[in-house]
Amino acid sequence: MARYDSLLEACGGTPLVGLPRLSPTVPEGAPPVRLWAKLEDRNPTGSIKDRAALFMVRAAEEAGRLRPGDTILEPTSGNTGISLAMVAKLRGYRLVCVMPENVSTERVQLLRMYGAEIIFSAAAGGSNQAVATAKQISAEHPDWVMLYQYGNEANARAHYETTGPELLHDLPTITHFVAGLGTTGTLMGTGRYLREKVDGIQVVAAEPRYGELVYGLRNIDEGYVPELYDATVLSRRFSVGTRDAVLRTRQLVEVEGIFAGFSTGAILHAALAVAHEAVRDGRRADVAFVVCDGGWKYLSTGAYGGTLADAEDALEGQLWA
Amino acid sequence: MAIEVRIPTILRSYTGGAKVVEGAGDTLGDLLTDLDSRHAGLKARLVTDAGALHRFVNVYVNDEDVRFLGALDAKLNDGDSVTILPAVAGGAFGFAAAAAISQHRAAAAAISQHRAAAAAIAPRVARSAVAAR
Repeated sequence: MARYDSLLEACGGTPLVGLPRLSPTVPEGAPPVRLWAKLEDRNPTGSIKDRAALFMVRAAEEAGRLRPGDTILEPTSGNTGISLAMVAKLRGYRLVCVMPENVSTERVQLLRMYGAEIIFSAAAGGSNQAVATAKQISAEHPDWVMLYQYGNEANARAHYETTGPELLHDLPTITHFVAGLGTTGTLMGTGRYLREKVDGIQVVAAEPRYGELVYGLRNIDEGYVPELYDATVLSRRFSVGTRDAVLRTRQLVEVEGIFAGFSTGAILHAALAVAHEAVRDGRRADVAFVVCDGGWKYLSTGAYGGTLADAEDALEGQLWA
Repeated sequence: MAIEVRIPTILRSYTGGAKVVEGAGDTLGDLLTDLDSRHAGLKARLVTDAGALHRFVNVYVNDEDVRFLGALDAKLNDGDSVTILPAVAGGAFGFAAAAAISQHRAAAAAISQHRAAAAAIAPRVARSAVAAR
């Protein structure tokens, strides 16, 4: 048990739990292959993004970029917005989130509850409209502070200074670290730390592969890779489709009792792939992976029940990770 | 030897609209050359003049990123599945908006520098206006 002076102090220090029933069985006499889940849903607002939000705000305060009463602007409909809203509230800032108007009602309600203001971009305009709106807002308000999680070193540093050391402390025999690839902050920070401390550590990325509607007519010449991304930190990178992500998300709650969001299912899929390879090669493996958040925010998708094909249809066109 | 290749919407103009095409090759580079013989122009969209994979293209062999398997030298086997995707992982909206704003941060920085400079000059301008009177 532990006691903290405020909710901000309670960020991180999440449990690492073994998955004895989902870990692959090894032949008699072969070295053990074990899966371990880092329960990041146990953070103050229920996701791993609390770590990055807290570090980014602190770094901006220390650099003098943020002063009491300032406004923070972040284009997000996801967990980062919720984490920033909580941190902003407790540290005395105003938060404005920009998002398409067709995001789920849970997202909007949660953000408003935590005190964020929301500027919607037209759903019909898709990501092009979101870009236009974000450009317009940032040009009109040059005094608003963009923490810009995709390029903010404090995002990766949060994991270098907290997630990485926690994992090594709890699992000194770690052989693989598996996490999701979004801003890349978790993998870059934790991956760098573990590479410095653990010989032969494998840093494995699981990247969501959405339905075709999401990629649409996106032009290959105008792609985007986050500034934080450094491919040399990774050992391997898997692309996980919607069906596999849903299948693993359901398995995790059915077999091990962990109720997680779909990005966690994608990560578990990659973790199982490397675990089964280790079994095949007769190698010892302690595979730690990240449970990014709980499943509550995704219940309205309907993808936790029915057939896998139904779930895949329900998530088509959605950014489920 | 047949390898299934999934083509993203944006590149289907090269495959007559086909979502999935078949090809052959011992390596990814060989496969793309083979595909280009039937779908002319496709390879040039994926590989730069310098002979590397285009930065904003991701290619996966059996769901694994080829950049970690030797890129264009990645070995292929019969029955492999290759997927080509534009680089937008982790939330297309977030990335799009963030990319837009990163361009504008430079502009915003220029504006605040300009304002600071203007503020520094303002008192001197005011004094000289008084002196002229």
